[in-house]
Amino acid sequence: MNRRELLKSAGALAIGSSMLPFLKSTALAAGNDTAVVLIGNTINSLDIHRPGTNRPSYQVAVNVYDRLVTFGTKKLPDGSLAYDYDTVKPELAESWVIAPDRKSITFKIKANATFWDGSPVTAHDAKWSFERALALGGFPKVQMGAGGFVDPKQFVVVDDRTLRIDLKKPSKLSLPDLGVPVAVIINSKLARSKATASDPWATDYLHRTPAGSGAFKVERWDAGQQLVYVRNDKWVGGPLPGVQRVIIREVPSQATRRALIERGDVHLSFQIPNKDAQELAAKKTIKVTGSPIDNCLYVACLNYNFEPFKDQRVRQAIAWAIPYEQIFKQAAYGRGVPMWGAKAEKPATAVWPQPFPYTTDLEKARALLGETPYKDGFAVPLSFDLGVADWAEPAALLIQESLGKVGVKVTLDKVPGANWRTVALVEKKLPFLLENFGGWLNTPCYYFYWAYLKGNLFNASNYDDPEVKKLVDETLHMEKSDPAYEPRIRRMIQKAFEDVPRIPLWQPTLESAMSPTLQGYEFWFHRQIDARPFRIGQNGNG
Amino acid sequence: MSQLAIILARVGQAIPTLLGIVVVTFLLTRALPGDPAAYFAGASATPESIAEIRAKLGLDRSLPRQFATYLKDLAAGDLGQSISTGQPVAAELLKRLPASLELTLTALLLSVAIAIPLGVLAAVYQDSWIDQLCRFVVTAGVSLPTFFTGLLLVYVFYFLLGIAPAPLGRLDILHVPPPQITGFLILDGLLARQWAVAWSAARQLALPSITLALFTLAPLARMTRAAMLQALASEYLRTARAAGLSRGRVLMVYAFRNALLPVITTLGMVFSFSLGANVLVEKVFAWPGIGSFALEALVVSDYAAVQGFVLSMAVLFVLLNLTVDIVYTLVDPRVKIDG
Repeated sequence: MNRRELLKSAGALAIGSSMLPFLKSTALAAGNDTAVVLIGNTINSLDIHRPGTNRPSYQVAVNVYDRLVTFGTKKLPDGSLAYDYDTVKPELAESWVIAPDRKSITFKIKANATFWDGSPVTAHDAKWSFERALALGGFPKVQMGAGGFVDPKQFVVVDDRTLRIDLKKPSKLSLPDLGVPVAVIINSKLARSKATASDPWATDYLHRTPAGSGAFKVERWDAGQQLVYVRNDKWVGGPLPGVQRVIIREVPSQATRRALIERGDVHLSFQIPNKDAQELAAKKTIKVTGSPIDNCLYVACLNYNFEPFKDQRVRQAIAWAIPYEQIFKQAAYGRGVPMWGAKAEKPATAVWPQPFPYTTDLEKARALLGETPYKDGFAVPLSFDLGVADWAEPAALLIQESLGKVGVKVTLDKVPGANWRTVALVEKKLPFLLENFGGWLNTPCYYFYWAYLKGNLFNASNYDDPEVKKLVDETLHMEKSDPAYEPRIRRMIQKAFEDVPRIPLWQPTLESAMSPTLQGYEFWFHRQIDARPFRIGQNGNG
Repeated sequence: MSQLAIILARVGQAIPTLLGIVVVTFLLTRALPGDPAAYFAGASATPESIAEIRAKLGLDRSLPRQFATYLKDLAAGDLGQSISTGQPVAAELLKRLPASLELTLTALLLSVAIAIPLGVLAAVYQDSWIDQLCRFVVTAGVSLPTFFTGLLLVYVFYFLLGIAPAPLGRLDILHVPPPQITGFLILDGLLARQWAVAWSAARQLALPSITLALFTLAPLARMTRAAMLQALASEYLRTARAAGLSRGRVLMVYAFRNALLPVITTLGMVFSFSLGANVLVEKVFAWPGIGSFALEALVVSDYAAVQGFVLSMAVLFVLLNLTVDIVYTLVDPRVKIDG
């Protein structure tokens, strides 16, 4: 059936259905080969490299493009599925060889891999695409840099199907970094034919028209309304998707999204508030999955620029005065992983994140403050980003109340989203703030690199410690299997315990509500929808 | 002066206003706190990558130079590129304005159809049950926020009763929009003879337009009632009655026609503010209108989009005021518009 016929029959079906005022479900009417998904934000581009492309648009890179490698799948204790950082699997690459000195990786591209227009995927395409990510700057360049890819000369085409990537220094982050959404492979022949002198990387064209080899093609994109994926039956990157079509609808109102999923008119409501997750989880007709977000913490940052917080005892006092349980109940609605109350003062493992050795103990807090010049208390504003007010506001209120009991007068300072980055992360001038950094690459050293090193973006505390800096420098590129790795990470975590420039509140989860018929939902570090494993069955679980 | 000359003169008068608006919106957007370059550089951006984005957006140049570029583009009819949606602002507005207009016009038709008879009857039968009803509707309409009415309607008619379609924007998931002619989906559907599409669009439009109508109904009904009361108490009406004119003629020709002027003024005002103020209705019903577009642009300091929105609204207001003035002269020949 071609598209015109399909539309015709859809129209005929619709005439029939619109005559029935009590037709139960749009999703049902759409059939078993179409998944209907709701998101709350807007997809603003189909090109992940373009400056200004927002987070929700990254799902296009995931579903429509392929990378050289991808990650495996693992089952979490609650039965839900998640990507597996420790298993790197082929996507467009058939195999790869890491040189004995670990200073280059050579990829062999699958012989039968083709772009949608039928042309074969070659090493030239991969090289062009990686160079493009570097050339267009911004986030793609930073993310490529995290894997050690900074110079176009590092990508060497050996032959049509073989690409060698030279590394400046061996790093455990290089291979996984080729599996992130940014490292997509674009049909360079097609894109280059659309390039102009002022737009050599064809950003105008690829912004609206993807040119890839991925599991789905974009059938239509009504910016601000919907995106429709249709399956590419010639996909070689993995098992064919179980659905023929995926409709992504943008519905800004959270109450409307909830009504739609509760009525059963859609298959998946992606990223719902914790409050809804808690309430919907109690219902039998809806499946709610809350996946802990790897390498991500909601924290309260204490800025070293603020005089009282220069004192370790004051920082620890604050950590003892945070009402963790209450915050977990009232701000996280009990959905997340607790990050407080560890029994031992030293970390027993190198697992990250792990609970810190603090609980709510106001006596201890008062005693510690009593040892300092601030025993009579002080006043400090607590800032948070209005864009994440759903958890930050209740958390801030509870912190305000609890710190008041030990003599620290907290005032609340709400910062609008557009200002947040500038004041909190770039200028780093807020004395006390709530922050939510999470690293895509799932290793402790990567988190510490961004959040505990002086000058790095997410170190909103201005924490600066020579030992931690040395430990991060040593471990960032070291293989996890290296015997020197684990002791160093444990020491790093212990420093975080003692100095507490960042006090973890809890590890957040990504919550989604779905119809029990939708299967194959997987959590990914990029926190976007991966529709490729979706299947719609009659019943069953996960 | 001929009618046409007057209209042209009025349009001419609007030019300084529009120029003023261009300058003010340009300066205001720049005065907004927040840095679009830092925002769009995204997570884990470095100072260099923020600088790269700033240069790409042309924000590294001096304000006068940015303004000159903006004026040059504007003269060529180019409103610039919205960075948040990634589309040209003009295309975005053209696509979204019909959605807002369709919603607002339907709501206004609906509220006029109810408010005017209600107001007239309430004035004629003062303090009767219909007057009380009018009072109730007006109070409810003013005091209920639109997002609340919207959610309530969704809850009752979609969630509980299942009569209304899923609140998923302008068309059901199964339909593909008809070729754009007017931009109004119902009309385009009818023109393209795609009855199912037109029907689906009408169904999708029902709840949001009722929500908005409940809100716009209040000022209209109140104004109609007040103006009618004033007209009914006037001396010329006493004369008309004394002259033995029929009750219907007295009410409709003498009272109502005279009461119509303030109602038209209110209608113009209600139309203009509901076009911008139906953001909340748009959000609840996932309606792709200009209100939510402008709001999101403002939140992320998307300069081009905000400027384009304000400018197009200004043009719309100028046209609207002109229309209202012309309608005045038709309703009341004593009113003259000055050139």
